[in-house]
Amino acid sequence: MTAKPKIIVGLGTCGIAAGGQDVYQAIEKALAENNIDAELTQTGCIGACENEVLVDIQKPGQPRITYGKVPPEEVGNVVTEHIVKDQISRDFVLGKIGEGDLPAEYEDIPVFFEELPFYQKQNRLCLRNCGFINPEIIDEYVAREGYEALKKVITTMKPEEVVEEVKKSGLRGRGGGGFPSGLKWEFTMKAEGDKKYIVCNADEGDPGAFMDRSILEGDPHSVLEGMAIAGYAVGADEGYIYCRAEYPLAVKRLKLAIEQAKEKNFLGNNILGADFNFDLKVKEGAGAFVCGEETALLMSIEGKRGMPRPRPPFPAQKGLFDKPTCLNNVETFGNVPVVFLKGADYFASIGTEGSKGTKVFALTGSINRTGLAEVPMGITIQEVVYDIAGGLPGDGEFKAVQVGGPSGGCIPKDLLHLPIDYDSLTDAGAMMGSGGLVIMGLDTCMVDIARYFLTFTQSESCGKCTPCREGTKRMLEILQRITTGEGEPEDIEKLKTLGDAISSTSLCGLGQTAPNPVLTTLRYFQDEYEKHIFDKRCPAGICVDLLIYAIDPELCDGCRRCVKACPVDAISGEKKEPHVIDTEACIKCGACLEKCKEEAIKLQS
Amino acid sequence: MSKINLTINGQPVEARAGMTILEAAESAGIEIPTFCHDPQLVGVGACRICVVEVEGGRGLPAACVAPAGDGMVINTESEKVVQARKANLSLLLANHPLDCLTCEKSGECKLQDYCYRYGVAETDYPGEVKEIPFEDSNPFYERDMNKCILCGKCSRVCFEVNGAGAIDYAYRGFKSTIAPAFEEPVENSPCVFCGMCVDLCPTGALNPKLSKGLGRAWEIDKVKTTCPYCGTGCNFYLEVKDDKIVGVTPDYDSPVNKGNLCVKGRFGWDFVDSPERLTKPLIKKEGKFVEASWEEALELVASKIKETVDKNGPEALAGLSSARVTNEENYLFQKLIRMLGSNNVDHCARL
Repeated sequence: MTAKPKIIVGLGTCGIAAGGQDVYQAIEKALAENNIDAELTQTGCIGACENEVLVDIQKPGQPRITYGKVPPEEVGNVVTEHIVKDQISRDFVLGKIGEGDLPAEYEDIPVFFEELPFYQKQNRLCLRNCGFINPEIIDEYVAREGYEALKKVITTMKPEEVVEEVKKSGLRGRGGGGFPSGLKWEFTMKAEGDKKYIVCNADEGDPGAFMDRSILEGDPHSVLEGMAIAGYAVGADEGYIYCRAEYPLAVKRLKLAIEQAKEKNFLGNNILGADFNFDLKVKEGAGAFVCGEETALLMSIEGKRGMPRPRPPFPAQKGLFDKPTCLNNVETFGNVPVVFLKGADYFASIGTEGSKGTKVFALTGSINRTGLAEVPMGITIQEVVYDIAGGLPGDGEFKAVQVGGPSGGCIPKDLLHLPIDYDSLTDAGAMMGSGGLVIMGLDTCMVDIARYFLTFTQSESCGKCTPCREGTKRMLEILQRITTGEGEPEDIEKLKTLGDAISSTSLCGLGQTAPNPVLTTLRYFQDEYEKHIFDKRCPAGICVDLLIYAIDPELCDGCRRCVKACPVDAISGEKKEPHVIDTEACIKCGACLEKCKEEAIKLQS
Repeated sequence: MSKINLTINGQPVEARAGMTILEAAESAGIEIPTFCHDPQLVGVGACRICVVEVEGGRGLPAACVAPAGDGMVINTESEKVVQARKANLSLLLANHPLDCLTCEKSGECKLQDYCYRYGVAETDYPGEVKEIPFEDSNPFYERDMNKCILCGKCSRVCFEVNGAGAIDYAYRGFKSTIAPAFEEPVENSPCVFCGMCVDLCPTGALNPKLSKGLGRAWEIDKVKTTCPYCGTGCNFYLEVKDDKIVGVTPDYDSPVNKGNLCVKGRFGWDFVDSPERLTKPLIKKEGKFVEASWEEALELVASKIKETVDKNGPEALAGLSSARVTNEENYLFQKLIRMLGSNNVDHCARL
């Protein structure tokens, strides 16, 4: 309970992008103008991205009230009314968090995590502090059991016991591959070496993924604490966080967090009085997607060109600067304190047989509620898409969900019942990946989606191994042909053959999984490829070269706007009479479509 | 070192623990194709032509970097492997100028050899072909990066063996190429023109300029010799066609230099048949050099030595020998000068 009213503004990158800074300043101004004595602070992303900018107000003795989509010009009023008059703006309120009494008229405000559909099925372990603490103030982390896990580990457990506990928890790597973290720690612990490293992969590069960024921005200390525990377990005294430079706020908060943790002796020498030293550095990436691959990441930290090297030797044996290295991603480390705070048994009680705990997903695409959701492993795709994300806008029909970014695959409607865990997703041809979920409706062309992801992986291929460098280029060319109506009957077979060759012979995970978006769309949507190739049609109406512009004579009023807009004089017709498009001459630029007020110009596939 | 037992292509193979699958296979006389592998370099597993099938394993591992394990059952030419190699070659051909008729490397090109071996005559995946400007601004070798298959041996030997680090991968994806920093010409890079990159290149991407047009691989005999440039005594092979030297290739088995050469030994062989080369002694008569016989020349030297010693004493005599003769000859030379009574003897090599 706070002594004076507290106002919290969501200032993760998502909040800032939605205008959070303006909102923050507007609140400052309103507080000053109205002589209100309140504490104004910031927090990281609570996950409800679609409702940014989020502002929370907590009055002493009352639950915390969350407002969403608050514009800067309104926020002054909202805050003043709330604090001075105890009036809660119905226009912006989302829910209430925590205990306390509210005036009777506001009893109906939904309990944030329990009654809002976005949160009902979530279980926020890794994201436990996101949206609650000011990530720039270590005391706020400490106040919520921060560094308690580290204390417990250092003062009461032997390194072997720590490793055993992580093994028992069933925690698997959250960066994509899903390797059992406890085993990785054990290998590093047992590896011979006078020097060992802990490395955190914070090079989140999948398009549409922002889980790690939100954790780093919202709760950096949980990652630091997880790394320190790992350091104690494996016998490492130094660690690196490899964070992409495109995440400036995360980098800033990480550096600040390290500085504060050192001041409090949670990092540094003789941590908490024990014979354990652990220091951390932040290394900023230079924008190569492949540096999310662990060996390329290590090369990059070493100052070399970020290119994968063969495994074995695995980093646990020979990693950073050839020393045994334990490398996990942000979310994995973020889960470590949870394992020790709540116990391995608790952690292992969540999830499925082979996948324990929770997973954070970035929900994007054609859905009503975009954002960040942490769900127990084993939840079905159906529940995520419909219960959490609220289904598709306008009751649109679900077509597929792209799981796992460029390394993942597209899962069709028939598999909506599929539980989200490492093995089920891999069996379906996709993979957990880092946790991007892009939901697609009927207006998405699956060939075009495959082409998009191949464009990405091809340009990000490091160039080292032949199948990835040359193979993804040829797959991309075939897809470009198909989407422009120049596909040939043998192209489907070529894509499968090439895809298999690239998967089975590439050097690193990037190449081995690069064909997944193509292979899964071929597996579940081959008919769409065939329509492009044989009928020269794009059923979703996306591939421009396969579309025909036509004028509906019923709707056309002969205004001639389209005739004037057409750069190639392909439209003809008398004034006030329906016009006609010469499809041979039409270059499909879309200029007519923009000008037509009657919506008479249609794209036909 | 402990022994391990494995089966390769149905044949029992005993290998040393720590060997790669490639090394184990080679020890049993089983050849696996490679582009990026070289015994003197750290394995990178880049080209993926050496993939093999390991029973019970995932995917097709690269034999050059995958460790051989006890009890492994390996097939180096299974249907899956052959299909993968064909796909690999087909991908390389899609991005390679097929000018074998005039290519200097024809006959000793690994890409050509493997395409022949696996019957890959043309690519299944025609598409965009890279167009990188041809570079021949330095006097020693040409760089045609359109023929490069990016095995990376050039950049690795430059970094790992020579220590120059003049070239490395540049760009990503399809644009990837090997280049000096900022794509400057190699002469503006730390390149010392040792030519080791040229020697390791499996295709015609790097070609010695002097040898251009002088003969095809199958017309050339190789004659092992010792480099005449300095006393180090590096060995190499002279490439000979019609009794004329047409090039130099390294001798990787030479205990002296293990295939390493410097710019002089690697590229400086054209003096042999140079019209400017001195093949007979010259004696300066009335301000002009005049050809003489060896007897006449040695007679003159002997008389001048005697004259100097008689007139001014042996201390007035000095001897300066060449770094281009052997240690033994230099030894004999200093012995000679000392025998004549002078300690004033030196040698032109300076470090």
